[in-house]
Amino acid sequence: MILKTLISQLLARPATNRFPAKYMPKSVTHFLTNVQAGKAKIVPPVPVPPKFRGKIAYNREKCIGCQLCIRVCPAQVIQFLPEVKKIRMHVARCTFCAQCVDACPVDALDVSPDFLIADTNRSSKALTVE
Amino acid sequence: MADREKEHNPGIPVVAEKVKVEAPPGEERPAPVPTTYEVPIGPIHPALKEPIRLTFKIEGERIRGVEVRTGFAHRGIELMGTKRNLIQVLYLSERICGICSISHPIAFTLAVEQAAGIEVPARAQYIRVIFSELERIHSHLLWAGVAAHELGFDTLLHLTWKVREKVLDILEELSGNRIDYAIPIFGGVRRDITPEQYPKVGEMIRYYRGLSDELMDAFLRDPSVEARTRGVGVLEPQEAEALCAVGPTARASGLRKDVRQDRPYLVYGDYAVKAITPEDYGLKPLGDVYDKTVVRLLEVGQSLDLIERCLEDMPPGPITSFPKIPALLAHLKKAAGEGLGWHEAPRGEVIHYIRLEGGLDEPSVWKVKAPTYSNLMSWKPMFEDQEIADIPIIAASIDPCICCMDRVHVVREGGEAWVTKEELLKLSWEKTRRLTR
Repeated sequence: MILKTLISQLLARPATNRFPAKYMPKSVTHFLTNVQAGKAKIVPPVPVPPKFRGKIAYNREKCIGCQLCIRVCPAQVIQFLPEVKKIRMHVARCTFCAQCVDACPVDALDVSPDFLIADTNRSSKALTVE
Repeated sequence: MADREKEHNPGIPVVAEKVKVEAPPGEERPAPVPTTYEVPIGPIHPALKEPIRLTFKIEGERIRGVEVRTGFAHRGIELMGTKRNLIQVLYLSERICGICSISHPIAFTLAVEQAAGIEVPARAQYIRVIFSELERIHSHLLWAGVAAHELGFDTLLHLTWKVREKVLDILEELSGNRIDYAIPIFGGVRRDITPEQYPKVGEMIRYYRGLSDELMDAFLRDPSVEARTRGVGVLEPQEAEALCAVGPTARASGLRKDVRQDRPYLVYGDYAVKAITPEDYGLKPLGDVYDKTVVRLLEVGQSLDLIERCLEDMPPGPITSFPKIPALLAHLKKAAGEGLGWHEAPRGEVIHYIRLEGGLDEPSVWKVKAPTYSNLMSWKPMFEDQEIADIPIIAASIDPCICCMDRVHVVREGGEAWVTKEELLKLSWEKTRRLTR
């Protein structure tokens, strides 16, 4: 079996998806800047299943400020803003259990398929949902 | 004292210790003087995935003894658990182990459900069983790959892990995460398996059934794998029993020991799960690494059968008895009592003990026993008289998870402390008295 697989693998495409580029770029940061400028193309990631637990999406209008999500969150991701009775989520701490989504009585929270959220700054705009 | 100094100076790797041997009477030439060396491995070592200290007594190429020291990965997770509410602790329990990331929550939810008197709907019980069997497949395939890597057969590692991707895709499809599925909750499960997902799981079962012969060929009928695993790391059945080994480690020695068979829980009782030993493969159990491979590969097949039957028998209905989280939180706050939950994780038996006080969000006691804690003792007889080159595969053969197991670390006066057996016993009595009051 091993020989057979080895030989067929020589001719076939790699078993893994070559993300984000077919060959390792000399500088990933430079490559990603090029992608943003539209000069280079990114190899798309493997599509995620429909109910994938990605970055939490927050609907600020629906939120009633009941703080139930803060009570069930295991990682203390959610900060309450008492002046406006809304929440702020620090996604860098999130464990993607989506318990807050289950707990929310008004469906203000939802999981999104977005998982490309790595950042060097943990309080960057992309990692703060409010 | 000298031993302790050695312990604190791991910089000197090899300590020679000459043992005098009397020449047998009637012979002029004295017998060669055997020399034992001490080879410390860890706590930080390239061959180790997790921090643990193994000190081997080596004579030539043979291991004459091993001393295991743990406590380097103690995270204080039980104490953290007593400072959070039960729903938060559930996700903490999931993170005790990355591979057994449904075994610990299932044992934990079973314990809390017993303490709080919560019923679990039938469909939720089936879904829990399906997830734990999927996890068993992924864990055993992961172990098989690691074992191949420890043997130096990296082609087989990559092949096994390529095959393993399929079950991870199914877990991602069903739960939304590849690991840390966050599926069980007190009183049920959080996600249903929808009719559209049934064919995908069925396809996965067919994929693995089609591959089972080839995987068996690659692992069990391969001359190089057999040469490296046959007769290596033998654990006799009497020793396995005396040292309370659990899971595949015990079953490979011929003990028919499985929580799903001995104390059925969830819906395992309906399926009369039988513990698998190498006898089911037509071999006399020896308890070596080969037998452990046999048991794990056969268990993949057993899990496939269980998943298939569960999918057929799964009744429609609700998946949780508490659809609203505030109601669940209120019920858990009122609940008082103690509960014990157990589960057959891929590595063996997991036990969670919980004590709830009425009117408190947090549990007052949370105790976890991970399978590696039981299996670690069996290293001693397994390493006896083996070669140095076999250390990695023997160590890996019990599928150790060090951070699951580290529960105690004694610190006194700001530094590390040494505890004798008597002191440890006294500490244990004191704690039991404190808990039982």
